[in-house]
Amino acid sequence: MADQRLEPVGNIIDIKHVSKWFKDKQVLDDVNLSVKKGEFVTILGPSGCGKTTLLRILAGFETATEGEILIAGEDITQTPPHKRPMNTVFQRYALFPHLNVFDNIAFGLKLKNFKSDIIEEKVHRALKMVGMTDYEHRDVNSLSGGQQQRVAIARAIVNQPQVLLLDEPLAALDLKMRKDMQMELKEMHKTLGITFIYVTHDQEEALTLSDTIVVMSEGVIQQIGTPTDIYNEPKNCFVADFIGESNILNGTMLEDRLVRFMDTDFKCVDEGFGCNVPVDVVIRPEDIYIMTPTENAMLTGKVTSCIFKGVHYEMTVVTPNGYELMIQDYHAFEPEQEVSLIIKPSDIHVMEKERTCNTFGAVVEDDTHIEMLGASFECLPHGLEKGTEVKVEVDFNKIDLTDDKEDGVLEGNVHLILYKGNIYHLTIVTDEHDHLYVDTNDVWDDGDMVGINIKPEDMRIIHD
Amino acid sequence: MRQKILRFFTRRSTWASPYILFLLLFVVLPLILIGLYAFMDYEGRFTVSNFTKFIEQPEALNTFIYSVGMAIVTTCLCILLGYPAAYILSDKEFNTSKTLVLLFILPMWVNILIRTLATVSLFDITGIPLGQGALLFGLTYDFLPFMIYPIYNTMTKIDKNLIEAAQDLGANHLQVFVKVIFPLSLPGVLSGIMMVFLPTISTFAISELLTMNDIRLFGSIIQENIMLSDTMNYGAALSLIMLLIIGITCLFDNSSKDSQLNQGGLI
Repeated sequence: MADQRLEPVGNIIDIKHVSKWFKDKQVLDDVNLSVKKGEFVTILGPSGCGKTTLLRILAGFETATEGEILIAGEDITQTPPHKRPMNTVFQRYALFPHLNVFDNIAFGLKLKNFKSDIIEEKVHRALKMVGMTDYEHRDVNSLSGGQQQRVAIARAIVNQPQVLLLDEPLAALDLKMRKDMQMELKEMHKTLGITFIYVTHDQEEALTLSDTIVVMSEGVIQQIGTPTDIYNEPKNCFVADFIGESNILNGTMLEDRLVRFMDTDFKCVDEGFGCNVPVDVVIRPEDIYIMTPTENAMLTGKVTSCIFKGVHYEMTVVTPNGYELMIQDYHAFEPEQEVSLIIKPSDIHVMEKERTCNTFGAVVEDDTHIEMLGASFECLPHGLEKGTEVKVEVDFNKIDLTDDKEDGVLEGNVHLILYKGNIYHLTIVTDEHDHLYVDTNDVWDDGDMVGINIKPEDMRIIHD
Repeated sequence: MRQKILRFFTRRSTWASPYILFLLLFVVLPLILIGLYAFMDYEGRFTVSNFTKFIEQPEALNTFIYSVGMAIVTTCLCILLGYPAAYILSDKEFNTSKTLVLLFILPMWVNILIRTLATVSLFDITGIPLGQGALLFGLTYDFLPFMIYPIYNTMTKIDKNLIEAAQDLGANHLQVFVKVIFPLSLPGVLSGIMMVFLPTISTFAISELLTMNDIRLFGSIIQENIMLSDTMNYGAALSLIMLLIIGITCLFDNSSKDSQLNQGGLI
């Protein structure tokens, strides 16, 4: 009880240091999140990032391996789902096939022993809210996908939960229907005043609906912020790449407000990184000005493709030194056309690099072999004793990937691909769940199985 | 020409013909014969006396009623024993491997007569007298897997999301069972009943063996009559009556399937 008073006022949900393991696989890693009452929070991430698991832990269908969850200051980490003050809208609707629309919606109310006239009134109101009046006695199997989803929403909100959990509720609907439902959900959120926790992999949906977006990847929260924050100030390459279109480039922060990328110095507005620090640079395709060749151009290049996208054209421009940029503009420039490019300092977004090379923990096996990442690697003679623990650094571009996984010392899957203008930056996950970061010019696909090799001379063995 | 032959051999109907022939010879033809014999006396004259005999002579009718009673009791016992078993088996957390299911289904692999004979010797060894109790035990033991399997099958097919949805809406374990799992498992119970109730009425070997031929079920009566040439027509009539009753119950099953989904909500 004493703890309850210490909780910050206004937070309806507090997720504290929540981790989740399925057997030996970690799906959530130290997740911390606070949600204010009445907020519309979207948990956004690619499939397998742990967003659904987080929602299921909130609903009570899974229990957190570590950490705690508080609702309005009250610890509910071990509370079973039927005692939690929240309701869920499931991705595949999960309507009871043996009940009609009315009985589906009344399910929760009947369990709470409401009087039948009150139930009737509440169900009518919920149906009106989702625009399904007169459907009470319909068989749920005779409804379309959109109608089933409306019934599912009505079934949840009729209980007036403190928090409404929505697990990709619109994923199964077609585009037009999805857009309509988005607007209706937003409207509903306004009128009901209930806190919405919405899980989706659709970044556009997240930007449209939310007050706050939580971007997740690999079980870790990458960034929490308003849609504009997330879009304009992405914290790392993953967020920049996942939200909207972007050009991500390797750069160097020369000094405050001066960054060098694509072999050119640019003025920017970022400071505090230090001098000559490697950074990632993000430029949104709509922030690059494209024009016929002029004197004061910052960059020149040649258009290689131009696609009409409805409102704008999407063009690819290659600079003389081989960098590719994606540009969106209302004016079309035909392929093969020479163009000039201008980027405003405020449109250059500089991000700290999460890492500049691979670092692995390793153990010396003998003078020419070390054990790391669960395999034995050949290395240059180092004169260290067997069993010594060392660190090994390998540059991104010094890891060789082979098509045939048998050819590698180690096997892995391509997990994430970032195009950095002239090079692909891949994240490889090994069978032991270790991560390797590789720069390559070869084209790989997400999920490809690869063999991994590292040459002895490319390993820097650090012993301290 | 070659194309025509090729088309003939690649048609689906061509491939079905061996079985259709089998069906005509061994199912349809005997059915017609039963129908004909049922309306004939042993000299081959047309008559309905076989049917009036069934109503007038209490023996066959009584056996029939008794058989139905035994079938009902057996079916109830099978449901009582089989439903919880199927429910436990369908719980994936409890039943991680399929071995347990196999163990429950295994008796289905052993011939029903062999199982019955084994039951008889089991009663002999333990010194429990054979009779109605032994018959009920034997019937339940023989038909239990046929009840478990369909229920288990429907239960494993229940969408796990529905159970979570019910929990989410405030249902505890008991309420989830009563309001979701039970109504959705009813189709399985119904096919279980079909698989147990109907064969029990017409069984004869089991009742002969387990009651030392003391209690006779409807199947025994039919068998006895068919074996003798002068009552063969009466046996045919009895078969026809049983067929009709089975047919009517099956129709009832079909018509109830549509309303099944709605009915479940009332429970």
